[in-house]
Amino acid sequence: MSDDLAIRAEALEALLTERGLVNAEAIDAVVSHFENDLGPLNGAQVVARAWTDPAYRKRLLADGTRAIAELGFEGPQGDKIVVVENTPEVHNLVVCTLCSCYPWPVLGLPPAWYKSPAYRARAVREPRAVLQEFGVELADDVEVRVWDSSAEIRYLVLPARPAGSEDLGIEALRALVSRDAMIGVATVTHPGGGA
Amino acid sequence: MDGIHDLGGRQGFGPIPRGAAAESSFTADWQRRVFGMSLIGRLANIDAFRHAVERLDPVLYLTAGYWGRWLAALELLERESDSGAQGDATGSPVRTLDRPPRFRTGDCVRVRDHRTNGHTRLPGYVRGRRGVVLLEQGAWIYPDTHAHGEGEQPQYAYAVRFEGRELWGQTAEATSFVHVDLFEPYLEHCPTPGLESGSEERSE
Repeated sequence: MSDDLAIRAEALEALLTERGLVNAEAIDAVVSHFENDLGPLNGAQVVARAWTDPAYRKRLLADGTRAIAELGFEGPQGDKIVVVENTPEVHNLVVCTLCSCYPWPVLGLPPAWYKSPAYRARAVREPRAVLQEFGVELADDVEVRVWDSSAEIRYLVLPARPAGSEDLGIEALRALVSRDAMIGVATVTHPGGGA
Repeated sequence: MDGIHDLGGRQGFGPIPRGAAAESSFTADWQRRVFGMSLIGRLANIDAFRHAVERLDPVLYLTAGYWGRWLAALELLERESDSGAQGDATGSPVRTLDRPPRFRTGDCVRVRDHRTNGHTRLPGYVRGRRGVVLLEQGAWIYPDTHAHGEGEQPQYAYAVRFEGRELWGQTAEATSFVHVDLFEPYLEHCPTPGLESGSEERSE
């Protein structure tokens, strides 16, 4: 079946090339941009900066789009980015139930599971069960806030800074921040933190 | 449209796929070509593209895989379009309006029983439900018209906060809230208690 799909994709590209709508080099360039220039390292930089710079954190929570653009991250699917903060009382989780909306400038392209029918169906209805599947256990009194990206606003989770990470610099912190933590299906841990 | 794509709250899907393939965005080169074509091919604006995906056969939607859906949607749009460029998939949808927003942060709103045979960004699971406006999100191209060549007709959008119990009744998990970004035409003010009978069943 995958071979059929590959053949169909090739045929479509030939048709669109003939119509002057695409060319192979332009496709290569845009794919390369998304695979190489964008990705969760951008988001991790935003998070690490927020953890180490209280004034930046404040700006980030007040106007995510602008604070993220300060670090040079903007573009399609980033016209308005709202940053939501995890605390001991609140855990945030991001989904797109209607398709696959995702904050490209800070996280790149979404992983396959984020786009799966199972995640899209379940995240809004049983977020705690979904989180448990990902290994995140929350007490019943922790408020779960699910964000369904149903319009053009995109969401980025600001995870809680892990215990024991007080002495780490911004680059070391950045390395701790996973894509999943910024979607909200993971927390950030510091293995050497002793906590 | 009440299509298969409107998945929020549907049951029976089982565990979320995990493992190496589920972690990646692409697992084959043809998927990269499909992504690139959808972005630069100008076969449709983003709303018409999303609607093309929604119009696929429901069984195909669930079995073709993510990039298989995109490929089928592009093929559909290619067949439906004439020779020229039809729309830009990556332009900014942000707009301004010279009228004020109808709703304000803190307002109680009820989602209208808004139905369409075409494209909408109103997830079915919030129809008829009550929530509170949490964020005023500014004005945007209205997907419901833009997907159908009926112009941008910009509308305000709002992040509306719904209690889990309001959406899922007895099956709701403890202490959970769902926030959904909804366009102004989808919303109305909550009815004043006592003025409308039968409207009080779902919330307190």
